Amino acid sequence: MPETAALSHHGQDRHDAHKLPWVNKYVFSIDHKVIGLQYLFTSMFFLLFGFMLIMLIRWQLAFPGKPIPLIGGLLSQALAPGGIITPEFYNALGAMHGTIMVFLGIVPMGVGAFGNYILPLQIGAPDMAFPRLNMMSYWLYVPGGLLMLASFFLPGGAAQSGWTSYPPLSIINPGQTVWLVGMLFLIFSSLFGAINFLVTGLNMRAPGMSLWRLPVFVWAQLVTSVLLLLAFPPLQAAAILQFMDRVAGTSFYIPEGLIVGGQALAASGGGQPILWQHLFWFLAHPEVYVLILPAMGIVAEIIANNTRKPLYGYKEIVYSMFFIGGMSFVVWAHHMFISGMSPALGNFFLVTTMIISVPSVAVLTCLVFSLKGGSIRFTTPMLFALAFLPLFGIGGLTGLPLGLTVTDIYLHDTYYVIGHFHYVVVTGTIIALMGGVYHWFPKWFGRKMNDAWGRVHFWTTAIFMNGIFFPMFIQGLAGAQRRLYDPTAQAHNIVTQPLNIVSSVSAWLLFLAQIPFLVNFFHSIFKCEKSEENPWRATTLEWACPSPPPHGNFDKTPHVYREPYDYSPEGYLSDWRPQHQEAGARP
Amino acid sequence: MEKLINNYGWGLPVAASTVAGGIDFGIRIIHVAMFVIFILWAIFFTYLLIRYRRMDGVKADASHGRLIWSLAPDVVVLIFEISLIVLYAIPAWSRIKIKFPTPDESHNLEIVAEQFGWIIQYPGADAKFGRRSPALVNASNPMGLDPEDPAAKDDVIGVNELHLPLGKPTLVQLTSKDVIHSFFIPEFRIKQDAVPGMKIPVWFEPTKAGQYELGCAQLCGVGHAIMRADVFVHEAADYDAWMTRQRPQFSPQE
Repeated sequence: MPETAALSHHGQDRHDAHKLPWVNKYVFSIDHKVIGLQYLFTSMFFLLFGFMLIMLIRWQLAFPGKPIPLIGGLLSQALAPGGIITPEFYNALGAMHGTIMVFLGIVPMGVGAFGNYILPLQIGAPDMAFPRLNMMSYWLYVPGGLLMLASFFLPGGAAQSGWTSYPPLSIINPGQTVWLVGMLFLIFSSLFGAINFLVTGLNMRAPGMSLWRLPVFVWAQLVTSVLLLLAFPPLQAAAILQFMDRVAGTSFYIPEGLIVGGQALAASGGGQPILWQHLFWFLAHPEVYVLILPAMGIVAEIIANNTRKPLYGYKEIVYSMFFIGGMSFVVWAHHMFISGMSPALGNFFLVTTMIISVPSVAVLTCLVFSLKGGSIRFTTPMLFALAFLPLFGIGGLTGLPLGLTVTDIYLHDTYYVIGHFHYVVVTGTIIALMGGVYHWFPKWFGRKMNDAWGRVHFWTTAIFMNGIFFPMFIQGLAGAQRRLYDPTAQAHNIVTQPLNIVSSVSAWLLFLAQIPFLVNFFHSIFKCEKSEENPWRATTLEWACPSPPPHGNFDKTPHVYREPYDYSPEGYLSDWRPQHQEAGARP
Repeated sequence: MEKLINNYGWGLPVAASTVAGGIDFGIRIIHVAMFVIFILWAIFFTYLLIRYRRMDGVKADASHGRLIWSLAPDVVVLIFEISLIVLYAIPAWSRIKIKFPTPDESHNLEIVAEQFGWIIQYPGADAKFGRRSPALVNASNPMGLDPEDPAAKDDVIGVNELHLPLGKPTLVQLTSKDVIHSFFIPEFRIKQDAVPGMKIPVWFEPTKAGQYELGCAQLCGVGHAIMRADVFVHEAADYDAWMTRQRPQFSPQE
């Protein structure tokens, strides 16, 4: 049995754990829990940093051409002379906001932090299958992130061609080379992580943990890993080609005869700009599901736990995730309906795009039906999980007119698109991740976060997020284009310009609303009330070991006897029966 | 600009092309459907939260109803989407983006996007576009029009002003000099990326005389926001009169 082999090896490790020097225990650690927390803190930093970038943009959008108050003077004169950000800096802020939020914030948190910490525990494993590879994933992510941060201080500044980096713009614009190198680090990091998660999830399961006894969160991580593994290599190849176009004079994406600023571009030509878009979106559409699937997994865990009732349609949810994962590879060109690719191809991607919405509806429906007949505890994590349902619903619904070729002609590249994907990723994924932090905090640190402040954080966050993104639908329908440095430079933005102020003020308030969260989070790590080992009365295996778990996790390998969510079983006094509880025994 | 603002409001902008009605129809019907779905769903969701809140002495019911009920929303969504695809999206898409009017029945233009403006080539009286070459581009010849080509002699070049006649479709061959731009006239509900190295056809037929806005919808660099052009739609006779007043690029006076 591979499990026993791994266990005995780790039994050894655990014995030696307290002898490890500090640097091997907390910095270059091979313990999945330490690496998970490293990912957690790093990705929290990047989420806040990416958020700060967009708050500068929100000032320029609300009050174009006015100097930024308070912090405007702190920015360098090259970026913001007199506190007014330049168009170059504006474009850099936009490109880096997208890059940082997706590749350095949300994926590392959803997969790197939650996946790393929770997945091995939920399957009853002592660690990841490849602990050193796991460490390497994190230590590739860090330099990738540092390169992205450093690019702001290099001559030419950070990348400014959008997070999508469409050539030829990305080839003639400054800053892109460092972006590409940074991306290569991040892609390697994700690829190694994906391999590790797949091997761990399939091979390190505790005895009795059959596939149909895996918690939904584990399934979500496994499907996510398949997506990362298959979708990232094309982008990696594409990024290397773009890198060559920039530094080695190749023309993979450059057609001949370009005239830039009145001068002929020194390039041999013969390339095709749209090739990049195909390769990029071949990753970046599955990437959307990489962002959302772990969130769905987290929400499923929290809902099952707080309704005190098994999930409705567990298998339907899992099969839907498989279906989403598979289909996500054949919908990418719905980002490209008007890109110049053959319009006939549009019909194919229209059909696949409509089909992929059905399993998402199925997952959402199952989660809502799970509430029926439950005994719902409105705990703080549950509030976040419940908010996910309608808000992700809005994100999904507003995808409809964008996925439909005809209506996309008008809505493409307007604020409607920004509203749509932020409803999916912010009020969807980030809300779910926040819920996950409250839910698993006792596991991580052995203490509970303050509940009253958690509720304050929830309500303010939910309200301000809607305040930012809902106005964007109205702006988009009115014709407002995205990525404009000065939104009042064109007529279509002027009437709805007051909405930019609503969005911006909401964004700044959303930032203030995170202060109670951050204080609560860091204060609770050291000071708050000690938590019981299983404060939520949860059935899954991560609660079958001490909180926080010691090196090697479980005292003895747990044996799994039942499905993951055996809440309120018939004929039982208590309303939960853990997965590792032997049949007949009463908790 | 003052005049253009009147085209815009809190809803969809003024509709001024033959395809705008169809696109607006789709946008409206989808939003009505989205609204109804969301409200019904929200009522059910709220009911569940209140009805099944935690109450003392009441244990959750671990059993579940038949799975068939949860399939109902999937089926409804699937039917709605299939009808949208078959009855609306595919026919309307081919009308707008796949079937083009012939050059004979159209007002023909070549448009080249550049950082950060729109250059428009009108074929002139001979209805033939003069040859262009990137090597000939300079400040006074932004299109790189070839003076050796007889067809180029009467070609008129416009910068950031697009003039269109009523009564017939306009057929544009769209390309770009440098990076990807996107040709977007919100009032016409028409959008098409302009890609360097490719000539992409776009067609539209204005339905109302007036002034409209052509923006660039694809991030194209530092001047992306200021990359715009005014679109003037004239009655056919007014258009012809305007055309006769224009001096060709290589007019003898120069």
